[in-house]
Amino acid sequence: MGESAKYNWLDWKVQPPYLHPAYKSTIKRSPSRPLVPLTQSLSELTGPVYSHDEIHPLDNDLTKNSVKTGEPLGERIIVTGQLLDDRGKPIPNALIEIWQANSAGRYMHKVDQHDAPLDPNFHGAGRTLTDENGVYRFITIKPGSYPWRNHLNAWRPHHIHFSIFGTNFLQRLVTQMYFPGDPLLPLDPIYNGVPDEEARKRLVSIYDHDVTTPEWALGYRFDIVVCGPRQTPFE
Amino acid sequence: MIQSASQTVGPFFRIGLIGSRTQNNLVDEQTAGERITLTGVVYDGDGQPILDAMIELWQPDANGIFNHPLDPRHEKADPHFRGFGRAENRNAGKYEFKTIKPGGRDRIPPYINIHVFARGMLIHAMTRIYFSDEPANTDDPVLSSVAPERRHTLIATREESQGPPVYRFDIHMQGEDETVFFNP
Repeated sequence: MGESAKYNWLDWKVQPPYLHPAYKSTIKRSPSRPLVPLTQSLSELTGPVYSHDEIHPLDNDLTKNSVKTGEPLGERIIVTGQLLDDRGKPIPNALIEIWQANSAGRYMHKVDQHDAPLDPNFHGAGRTLTDENGVYRFITIKPGSYPWRNHLNAWRPHHIHFSIFGTNFLQRLVTQMYFPGDPLLPLDPIYNGVPDEEARKRLVSIYDHDVTTPEWALGYRFDIVVCGPRQTPFE
Repeated sequence: MIQSASQTVGPFFRIGLIGSRTQNNLVDEQTAGERITLTGVVYDGDGQPILDAMIELWQPDANGIFNHPLDPRHEKADPHFRGFGRAENRNAGKYEFKTIKPGGRDRIPPYINIHVFARGMLIHAMTRIYFSDEPANTDDPVLSSVAPERRHTLIATREESQGPPVYRFDIHMQGEDETVFFNP
């Protein structure tokens, strides 16, 4: 990062390293040489712009956007939160995409051969744009845990994958949202690839009874913070 | 505030990020500029293609204008070109984009910004694609800031082809030809 940098990019005190041997696939897929400093220019400070008319009204409702014969099985949940930069400023009109396993812990993907049933009424993908206050909202099914082959008896905690565009290429972020109280969290090398305890906790959603809707669905809150403009000496 | 930590896209990102939407074709019939195909393979440290990598690109239009309000010339940006693309490392580990050759800006040669995502990457990596047939590369401040023996990892080579030009850009996560990744 140059002296004239306009944005703080990734904070490597809280971001996971490329190489995290407990997550075995990182060993051959992590850059081994130091990142090369890059002066930020217009190409990093801009990024794709999306408009609300590109989003279908059911895109953020995973319980409805792929039904074939009826409602998907599982526990219906609401996931909502605010997208902010690290100065605390909400980011409106930002594209958020999510994908996840069904309630039995199976992805609608040919590579996923886990012996758990597919749900014909649940594809497991959604997207939305944040509103003028940076707020997003999804309706979905609580994803199941599933085994993976990182080590003997390895199981992923319940999680939803999140892809976030801010207003520029530097704010791009892909992460995962976890659920409170999941006993698999301390055992998961992906979650524990985040070196900072407080940063790990922020990846766990908060049960929010005010989001919970009576007779219908439990509510979880998951705020997302991406990099923001650098403070100038005059502020 | 503490930044949200990155987590891997995992092996199943196709469900949510590629899906039924074709995002590796950035052009329509009315897009201005020279059509190019941009293709390559993402390799791991054993020299094996990574079959579940995803590449995202961001570039200006044929006149070097970004379709984004921060570009002072954005009102003149090509309305038929958003400039964002996404592709999987899919067939035999090869990704492919149909796009246009971006315009340069001032004395800066054309280039494309890239993010690499994959299972096994807890966080994405950022690089750039320059083009082998651009004389202005020699004076580019970013290319010049990279050690001479590593510069070639940022330059796509133009391949012989019958149709529109094909540029080849392989990405090596490790090894002798490890791609230069940036920290902006």
